[in-house]
Amino acid sequence: MSNDIRIKRGLTLRLKGEAEKTLVDAPRSKTFAIKPPDFHSVIPKMIVKEGATLQAGDEIFFSKYAPEVRFTSPVSGTLKEIKRGAKRRIMEVIIEADAQDTFRDFGKMDPLSGDAEAVKEKIYASGSGVFIKQRPYDIVADPKDSPKAIFVSAMNTAPLSGDVEFILKDRMQAFQVGLNALTRLTAGKVHVSIAKDAGSDLRNLQNVEIHQVSGPHPAANVGVQIHHIDPINQGDRVWTVGPEDVANIGDLFLTGNFSPIRTVALAGSSAENRKYYRTVIGANVADLVGTVNNDIRIISGDVFTGDKISNGQYLSFYPNTLTLIPEGNKYRMFGWLPFTYNNIPSNSRTSLSWLFPNKEYEVNTNLNGEDRALVVTGEMEEVFPMDIFPMQLLKACMAGDIEKMENLGIYEVAPEDFALIDYVNTSKLEAQEIIRLGLDLMITEVG
Amino acid sequence: MEWIRQKLDKFKKPFGKGEKLEKYAPAVNAIDTFLYTPNHTTQKGAHVRDAVDLKRVMITVVLSMIPVLIFGMWNTGYQYLSQIQAEVGFWEALGHGASKVVPMIVVSYAVGLGIEFAFAVMRGHEVNEGYLVTGLLIPMIMPVDIPLWMLAVSVVFAVLIGKEAFGGTGMNILNPALTARAFAFFAYPTFMSGNQVWVSEASNVDAVSGETILGSLAAGEQVNYSVMEMFMGYIPGSVAETPTLLILLCGLFLIFTKVGSWRIMLSAFIGAAVMALIFNALNIEGNELTNFPWYQHLLVGGLAFGIVYMATDPVSGAQTTRGKWIYGFLIGLFSIMIRIFNPAYPEGVMMAILLMNVFAPTIDHYVIQANVKRRKKRKEKGINPQIDTAV
Repeated sequence: MSNDIRIKRGLTLRLKGEAEKTLVDAPRSKTFAIKPPDFHSVIPKMIVKEGATLQAGDEIFFSKYAPEVRFTSPVSGTLKEIKRGAKRRIMEVIIEADAQDTFRDFGKMDPLSGDAEAVKEKIYASGSGVFIKQRPYDIVADPKDSPKAIFVSAMNTAPLSGDVEFILKDRMQAFQVGLNALTRLTAGKVHVSIAKDAGSDLRNLQNVEIHQVSGPHPAANVGVQIHHIDPINQGDRVWTVGPEDVANIGDLFLTGNFSPIRTVALAGSSAENRKYYRTVIGANVADLVGTVNNDIRIISGDVFTGDKISNGQYLSFYPNTLTLIPEGNKYRMFGWLPFTYNNIPSNSRTSLSWLFPNKEYEVNTNLNGEDRALVVTGEMEEVFPMDIFPMQLLKACMAGDIEKMENLGIYEVAPEDFALIDYVNTSKLEAQEIIRLGLDLMITEVG
Repeated sequence: MEWIRQKLDKFKKPFGKGEKLEKYAPAVNAIDTFLYTPNHTTQKGAHVRDAVDLKRVMITVVLSMIPVLIFGMWNTGYQYLSQIQAEVGFWEALGHGASKVVPMIVVSYAVGLGIEFAFAVMRGHEVNEGYLVTGLLIPMIMPVDIPLWMLAVSVVFAVLIGKEAFGGTGMNILNPALTARAFAFFAYPTFMSGNQVWVSEASNVDAVSGETILGSLAAGEQVNYSVMEMFMGYIPGSVAETPTLLILLCGLFLIFTKVGSWRIMLSAFIGAAVMALIFNALNIEGNELTNFPWYQHLLVGGLAFGIVYMATDPVSGAQTTRGKWIYGFLIGLFSIMIRIFNPAYPEGVMMAILLMNVFAPTIDHYVIQANVKRRKKRKEKGINPQIDTAV
């Protein structure tokens, strides 16, 4: 098939501390948590109180504006605490786990032969609907929409991110069943993007359209793939599902149980025992990383898009990566001198680091400068492989000019697509935040 | 080195958050960040960041200007001394030039940075590094004998009206350095044009005559310099505008470091060459400038300096890739056109860049509008268009 997508613009950042390709079972955490802030724009309505006994798959809360979207417990146990933040916003729902899980049964089913409505019903009843996200806006999908297509990116290009093919290796059957289920949710196609060097397992998937994608990061970003396969126009809705979450949906149909399996690549120069750990969504990171001192940042996700968490907190809902890198809260003398400090990677040529394209860098979280006015042009376009003007779109978002944002393609982007712009831009502009705020504005104004 | 850090932290204490002198923190921070890249860590967005920052970019530009500046100083001395005596030593020439140019640089930086610091304190933002480049460019494009107070007034005008009035660094419409020059050009024309200002002391010492090549051509006179002299820059002119070869080499450095836009530089030279070729082909009698060979047009005057250091200013120039090609090409085109059609402004490149600065947003607007139209069309079609995937 001529479904080749070649991405030319972008940047592959090589970092020290890749996870070794060994899959081990993580020790079972004592507590697990679902964190409502992981689900952007969802306002949780709790239906159980502290102290309630839960089976895995029991509903804990639902989305206020889309009650069909249920959030269920990943493990069986007791609801220990509902942690609230400013303005009584729910930050974490902590569940004390039983030693052994008991599952709520949703019933087995063959998604291909069953009724399409029943397939959707089962996915949402079990809480697996949360795995399905929507573009535009990059939020949890609303089951009342009918998407024009569903996209799954079965590859990874972000630095140190978990290798999707390796994660799915022993779950290929569930992955296929999950894809079968997804085909029932849309009248359009289900698109699966695979890497150029993907093995036969991924190449021989049935009932879906396979696209081979090559090129530097962000080639694996589903938004970039959508842009090249079937771009989102105003008014369109498409859905996206993470690769392991497709397998989780598949397991739901195979076993009848809500499957919250999360395989996490523990990576980064500060991490010890860098391996792939099979655990459950919302597990306590302390059980994976051990004791970690304050000079190390724990990121649930990759270094570009992950969430900063502290030790003893819980894995974020979606990412397959847990990255540990040193904090960079140190001064550097004359750090502005060009061609010095070449141990810090740079996409610009004001550092000599471009001479060593294969070197693996040990990076820290220093901002390497301060925020400044937007001066340099052209650098954002270099890492943004879409037919969109990134700087102009960012400026439109900052100004809150909805018509301009629409014209410049706000519907096609998600914050993660601007992560590399966060990284490269000279003025240290927080591009992901600006785009997130812009998308939020669109949600309230346009919907 | 730890003790410097400790001293600094102690000194900065009264300027901290909630302290008495908090208002003046930007001024102190500017000095601190000059010594140390701060210990700020990422709090949102990507957790790791590129090594580049605005200071690095601006210092890279300054580095690329230093060889040209040194040549400019030497040439200032050389032009003067070679007219009053036969033998000129290298250090002698450089010394004479430095005695003239260094005070200009000091005045430019002192006045300009003073205003920048004041505005940073007033507006409560950090001092942007843009003036490091502007402040060095201004003395380099002035005639060497301009009185220092005029230089200071020009700097004040450029920074206040050209930059801060629009919101400061990153917001200005016109290139600040050229704004300073244009201000001086129209406010004090006797010090900025004619045949008495381009060589040091030309207006005081009878033996010295300072005419630029373009000035002589505009006056209908023959040129006595060889092409090699033009290319190397051993000719009269503004302080550092003459060494075309050196400017091109420094331009390559800017391209190589990806700080300067090669698209603007290349298309501007192409534009200038095209315009000069057209005039050469017309072969108009009596106008020395039209018949001046096209390649020599590229070598004389401030064309190369303007293209390499000023047209590439990312703030005042076009910002889209396609826009940069158009913007550069038109700068080259208009430079030669103004040079030839209006002998009162033999230095066309200044006018051309300022003109295109004004039109850069318009160029970008049309480039972006094409993208918007493409997106709208895609929606109207409603089908899956095969867009070019090799982006």
